[in-house]
Amino acid sequence: MSASVTDTAPVPATRDERGRPIRKRREGANIWLSLLAWIVGILFVLPVVWMVLTSFHSEANAATNPPAVFAPLTLEGYREFFSGGASPWPPLLNSLTASVVSTILVLLLAIPAAYALSIKPVKKWSDVLFFFLSTKMLPVVAGLLPLYLFAQNTGLLDNIWLLILFYTAMNLPIAVWMMRSFLSEVPVEMLEAAAVDGAGLTKTLRSVIAPVVMPGIAATALICFIFSWNELLFARVLTATVAETAPVFLTSFVTSQGLFLAQLCAAAFVVSLPVLVAGFAAQDKLVQGLSLGSVK
Amino acid sequence: MTSVAEKSEVGAAETPRPGAARRASAWARRAPLLPALIFMIVVTQLPFLATLVISFMDWNAYYPDEVGFAGFDNFARVFTDVNMRDAVWTTILLTAGVVLISLVLGLGIALLLDRKFKGRGAVRTMMIAPFLVVPVAAALIWKHALYNPEYGLFNGALTWIWGLFGSDNPPQPDWISNMPLWAVIFALVWQWTPFMMLILLAGLQGRPLDVIEAARIDGANNWQIFRSMTLPHLRQYLELGALLGSIYIVQNFDAVFTITSGGLGTANLPYTIYQIFYQAHDYGRASAAAVVVVIGTIIIATFALRTVSSLVKQEAGR
Repeated sequence: MSASVTDTAPVPATRDERGRPIRKRREGANIWLSLLAWIVGILFVLPVVWMVLTSFHSEANAATNPPAVFAPLTLEGYREFFSGGASPWPPLLNSLTASVVSTILVLLLAIPAAYALSIKPVKKWSDVLFFFLSTKMLPVVAGLLPLYLFAQNTGLLDNIWLLILFYTAMNLPIAVWMMRSFLSEVPVEMLEAAAVDGAGLTKTLRSVIAPVVMPGIAATALICFIFSWNELLFARVLTATVAETAPVFLTSFVTSQGLFLAQLCAAAFVVSLPVLVAGFAAQDKLVQGLSLGSVK
Repeated sequence: MTSVAEKSEVGAAETPRPGAARRASAWARRAPLLPALIFMIVVTQLPFLATLVISFMDWNAYYPDEVGFAGFDNFARVFTDVNMRDAVWTTILLTAGVVLISLVLGLGIALLLDRKFKGRGAVRTMMIAPFLVVPVAAALIWKHALYNPEYGLFNGALTWIWGLFGSDNPPQPDWISNMPLWAVIFALVWQWTPFMMLILLAGLQGRPLDVIEAARIDGANNWQIFRSMTLPHLRQYLELGALLGSIYIVQNFDAVFTITSGGLGTANLPYTIYQIFYQAHDYGRASAAAVVVVIGTIIIATFALRTVSSLVKQEAGR
């Protein structure tokens, strides 16, 4: 399971079917393949690097052809983004609130549900599980209009709480799936042993289940946070000035400020920063989480 | 392991016990599930029911006096609308294109990263970066910093390369106008390839290496091992990647909205419905379109769910 297991195994024979020394040929190929891997990696990260580099250039140097790669660095773009025109702080704080609060709500709803679907499964647990997944397959646009009308009639339009409610529903199915698969990893023997020892529900939860699933809870929280932070369509339709989130601010920023490339790159980088930091910090958890916990 | 737990628990529930106690135990089992279930039904199914009702109504916010029952008129308009049919076709092309290309690329890169080499961790980290940029931000960067015909990185690089060979007449294509759908597809492939790679890499690292070693000793070459051992092993991971990728890419709004604003034949279904609802304010027609999309999704999802269902069974039968 760990990465090192897949390292190239020792070569059993020293010559291949045509009599060439195998080890040497393989090593030669390895160098080219490693080089290829590096080139592919650099190509994929290039747009991100370009975004960061451009964000530290002056506007004059940001929009040149050919690109001014070695132009002097400046914080101009960031200064303009934070202090010129509309302040990005309220939208950033709105995004933070919506993502954090909805993530907490998701966990509060998903963990008991996943418990009921794995540790003490209800009858037809797989049907319930598929119901959750099927809601994820329901295109979000199918529920957008009624939610909008509901918000309009109740005065909840442009209210961060409506967004929180929706983000909770958006992430709940994923969270239930992930948590179920993490809870399935709790060894039955440990549960039985706890029962034999006469441990109550609270004690079993705290000393048997919690230590096993804590990393899973962290992964689930991370994924829910990222999806809420990234969401655009609902935030665009259901919010205006008060509850505007960072992605919505980003799109309106481009239209209202005109196109200042360095500023745009600074804005894009600032908005992406929380996800970049969290994602890099928890790469392995991310994989497991994104595949609904089914890949281990 | 899971299956043992389930069987023993289910078995325990089914052993005859005094009725009241059994009912209480069944409710204790169901209770933790109910908040999540009720919440999901209220927040997702009720709005969809409302959409269904509105889809049979004449309702345009610009003409508030003409609200009434419309029968199947909205559906007839959806099916005869050229824009809707184009949107269906665009959605299929966009989803299939992004999923297939990013799966193939992801598989290649996962195979490259499955070997040990200097800086493997660094390359892996570089590969993940595209997935961690907020989708709108990524779309904006692609549109303005990369595709821009005057100062975008792509044309800048062309100028630079042509300059190396002493030419001051490099090609400067307008990427988005020349190939709008491909412009959206490339940006999405860039974001989704890392996701496919991560899932496939996890799959590769779960391969039984002793069997592969045995095959190698028996004289199987790399291609034979890949065809007859690695690929079958990866099958369920490929299916999972395709399924999850499709769920998200069918619903894509950010890239279409940002890169082309749905112009030049890139308006997919979510964007088209957003337009009918948010700009034309034709609630009835938007709802009918949404209902059609849901029916289409249900048909596709039935096949997709079968795939996942085999994954769950496999897990349970372990």
